[in-house]
Amino acid sequence: MWLWIHKLGSPPHAYRLLGKMAPWFGWPALILILLATWWGLVWAPRDYQQGDAFRLLYVHAPSAWMSMFTYVVMAVAAAIGMIWRIKLAHAAAASCAPIGASFTFLALATGSIWGKPMWGTWWVWDARLTSELILLFLYLGYMALRSSFDDPQRADRASAVLAIVGVINVPIIHYSVEWWTTLHQPASVTKLDKPSIALEMLYPLFIMMVGFQLYFGWAISRRLRGEILRRERNAKWLKEGA
Amino acid sequence: MHRAPTTSAAGLVFRRDLMLAWRRWDDVAQPLIFYVVVTTMFPLATTPDLAQLREISGGVVWVAALLASLLALESLFRSDVEDGTMEQWVLSGQPLGWLLLAKVASHWVLTGLPLVVIAPVVGTALGLPFEAWGTLVLSLILGTATLSILGGIGAALTVGVRRGAVLLSLLVLPLAMPLLIFGSRAVGMVMDGDSPAGPLQLLAAIFFLTLSLGPVAMSAAIRISVES
Repeated sequence: MWLWIHKLGSPPHAYRLLGKMAPWFGWPALILILLATWWGLVWAPRDYQQGDAFRLLYVHAPSAWMSMFTYVVMAVAAAIGMIWRIKLAHAAAASCAPIGASFTFLALATGSIWGKPMWGTWWVWDARLTSELILLFLYLGYMALRSSFDDPQRADRASAVLAIVGVINVPIIHYSVEWWTTLHQPASVTKLDKPSIALEMLYPLFIMMVGFQLYFGWAISRRLRGEILRRERNAKWLKEGA
Repeated sequence: MHRAPTTSAAGLVFRRDLMLAWRRWDDVAQPLIFYVVVTTMFPLATTPDLAQLREISGGVVWVAALLASLLALESLFRSDVEDGTMEQWVLSGQPLGWLLLAKVASHWVLTGLPLVVIAPVVGTALGLPFEAWGTLVLSLILGTATLSILGGIGAALTVGVRRGAVLLSLLVLPLAMPLLIFGSRAVGMVMDGDSPAGPLQLLAAIFFLTLSLGPVAMSAAIRISVES
């Protein structure tokens, strides 16, 4: 058991393992996302209030969920890297950030496209949209801090502190924004509140979420492999052809 | 090895920073002038009508205060890291968090407190009613103090970085958004005739949370910046 965990921390071993794992994430992700897309767009019934526009939910909700999930994964990886000084954990945190930022951007973009037919405007200062926007700023700040160091070890540890401070702040930000909007514009928020959603609408959403989760696994395996290559470019095991 | 008590070491740091600032008081005055200039721009950009300005006065005073106190943060640890003082502190055996907290406290006395004092005057110029003064001052005291600690973490992270000032605002401003929300809401609620206790208590809660966890993060960040 412990040997297995220790082996995980070694770059050559992790590199090979990730290479083997990636297809096991990638193909199921592709199949599930395609299935859920077809199900969501064609089989699922129209919403009686929102018409076909509600089908954006199948992209919007999973990406919003993944944007937060990725931030937590990033902070946990950063904390592991800080506490046990595992370089590979730092590399994992570094590879999380661009994926998470993309999910956040996707959630914002689909939210705003959804908002156009629902609210009649591209952007409203809705609680969830606003805290998603602040989350995007947090991701961008993390990546900016990381890229401003030349020394990768310093970049790792400094950005780890930021990720941990950020993850403590995320709930505070979320609730403060929620409180702020309920005071300002209660009407538009309740409009989005879905009256208990029909089960046949929900199945594709679950499948899509699992698909996105697997996609994340695939993307992080690929990115982490790249990150290992970049960090270990002068290492002996690479030259020997791992 | 003989070690001075932590409180007196922190007190010395605090006094030293105040004295340094006293001898270079124009550095202290600059954020304050910036604050007044920025708030002047809002009536020019929107409307000179006091009734309309009153609507946004709480928010303007708060946004300008955040920006002004960020200005001075960038140089908070820089000179100490560059001349090696910080290394001595790290090696001194004193709890680094306390020394840094003393530094942040003196920073707040030099930049936060003047902002708090001048804010009612600036607010009045924007049509802020007299009844809101107390809430504005109280919310700004809590808000700028929290921001000083948050900014201290940011400054400790970016101390050895090129173009640290822009990066610092990019890191700290998203974290400071709850302060802005609660602070300007407290002022707004007083102006609407409501009790501002709710947002003020939340501000105080955030302040104490930051006060307890902030020094840990700050000293971790300083160690990273100094060790390498």
